[in-house]
Amino acid sequence: MDWPTFIQSISNAVILGSIYAIVAVGLALAFGVMQMANFAHGEFFMAGAYVVYVLYALGGMPFPAAVISAFPIVAALGMVTERFVFRPTRGNVLAGFMATAGVAFILQVIVGQVWGVGLMRSVPTPYMGAASILGAQMSWQRLIILPSTLVMVGGLWFFLHNMKLGKALRACAQDVEAASLQGININKITALSMAISGGFAGVAGALMAPINAVTPYMGHSIIVTAFIVVIVGGMASIEGSILAAFILGFIHTFVTTLFDAVLATMAGVAFMAIILVVKPTGLLGRVRM
Amino acid sequence: MIRYLTALAVLAGFAIMPEVIGEYYVEIMILFMINLILASSFRLITTCGDWSLSHVVFMGVGAYATALLAKFLGWPFWGTVLLGGMASAVVGLAVVFPLLRTKGFGFFIGSFALGEFVRLIWVKFHFPFGGPRGMIGIPSIELSDIDFYEATPYYYLVLLFTIGCLAVLYRIDLSRTGRVLKAIYADEDLSKCIGINVARYRAMAFSVSAFFAGIAGVLLAHRLGAIDPKNFDVNTMVYLVIWVVVGGVGSFWGPLIGVAVMMLVGEAARPLAEWRPLLFGGILIAFLTLLPGGLDSLMSKVRELLDRRTADGTKEN
Repeated sequence: MDWPTFIQSISNAVILGSIYAIVAVGLALAFGVMQMANFAHGEFFMAGAYVVYVLYALGGMPFPAAVISAFPIVAALGMVTERFVFRPTRGNVLAGFMATAGVAFILQVIVGQVWGVGLMRSVPTPYMGAASILGAQMSWQRLIILPSTLVMVGGLWFFLHNMKLGKALRACAQDVEAASLQGININKITALSMAISGGFAGVAGALMAPINAVTPYMGHSIIVTAFIVVIVGGMASIEGSILAAFILGFIHTFVTTLFDAVLATMAGVAFMAIILVVKPTGLLGRVRM
Repeated sequence: MIRYLTALAVLAGFAIMPEVIGEYYVEIMILFMINLILASSFRLITTCGDWSLSHVVFMGVGAYATALLAKFLGWPFWGTVLLGGMASAVVGLAVVFPLLRTKGFGFFIGSFALGEFVRLIWVKFHFPFGGPRGMIGIPSIELSDIDFYEATPYYYLVLLFTIGCLAVLYRIDLSRTGRVLKAIYADEDLSKCIGINVARYRAMAFSVSAFFAGIAGVLLAHRLGAIDPKNFDVNTMVYLVIWVVVGGVGSFWGPLIGVAVMMLVGEAARPLAEWRPLLFGGILIAFLTLLPGGLDSLMSKVRELLDRRTADGTKEN
């Protein structure tokens, strides 16, 4: 691997790690509050990409506005899922998780029937050109992902640590019963956590829409990686999932550059298996899964 | 007595079925029985609380082992069926090893990822697995003079295997091992306290159920003649979960009922074409939220209700 390729791979890895981070933080946040994983998280990512497809590529809305509107739209999907799937199955670890596999099926069919299954939807690139970083070429389209990630994760951190609602959310993640004894409305908090979780996945998909092929089944590849990331990071740990997202981003980019994408996914799973044997709680997790 | 008569009637029904129904339905029945083995072996792992999301991948291991042995080495059926099952069991042991320190979500998600790993091996290596397009030209079964390429002889062969596999799985369910697995599900820490080696039993359950999934895969590969990695992906896995959830895992019979009902629904919904996953997803959500125990629990609920009513009746009299 020569120097420009190396620099190129590092910058690609940082960008990919940022996308993984946005997706996985949402998964980890919802898991922390509800002790429940969401199988349809990849489909939320897909829904975000379709928001950009519809509003920006078909509707002519400016790209940043389309990306920002992905947040409330997919957040609403998250809240609907919470209300009709997670709330009725609360306390049953398996049922909530498996039912979201049904949500994934439903979203795939609806999107596929409305906008078509066969052809890839191509979203035109809003930001042409590339920046030159130490001899590596980075398209602006990819580069804007990094500041977007910083804003979102920073915003979430501020919300969780400085605002009353955010503190209530963290309290629920620590101990649901104690939190409800303090007068915190648990239903409100779980709905909020699913809204943030869905919104994050939606924005990640929206940012990737001009880069990835937009299909109803694009969630599948992201959900495998997102699950690996949260396991490696430690299920409920947001810091852990950010750390793990960048590690996985580096593994994925470098193995893809040196070999191919299939082997990259396999390397990610192998890394997860090693972590599970050595430290089953994940890198920064405290609870045994 | 009634139980034995019912069993006898069901068996007799299966025995004469190819004479009554058309060839298309014989093919469907072959798939149905293969799915029975798959769903029933899946229930074995779920009895200890480990809902492995890689179970159909083990069906794939059996199918790929069959394809390699029968196509490249020309092995006869008895060889492929034994080695297909064994290969599945061994891969199962390798897969479950890193998962033994996890439970709940860690296990579900980890098994899903590791199943993807095995599946990606088939996608990645064109030799010998044929890459994303899979393998074609898997020979059908030939034993003595009977040609199992015809649907009806194959039906009886699969029927024989289904009865055998279900009988063994039923015995396991009733045996001490089956009870130990249920104890692990009920309370893992307590099971450890009374001296149960939890990790060993979980690994055993996983490997044994992988063995039977492998046998289902062998029967499938010989029948279809062609397999590809997509046959064993997460979509197929979710369908298996739907069958088992609809049936319920509370008793041995639940998953069998689930396969029967959902395959009927699937056939009836054939005109819906692309909308079918939506229907199945809706059914999955409906069952998990409204009737988490599945159809199986519905029957025991009805029986309980009837018992109470008759008990009340006798009291009044």
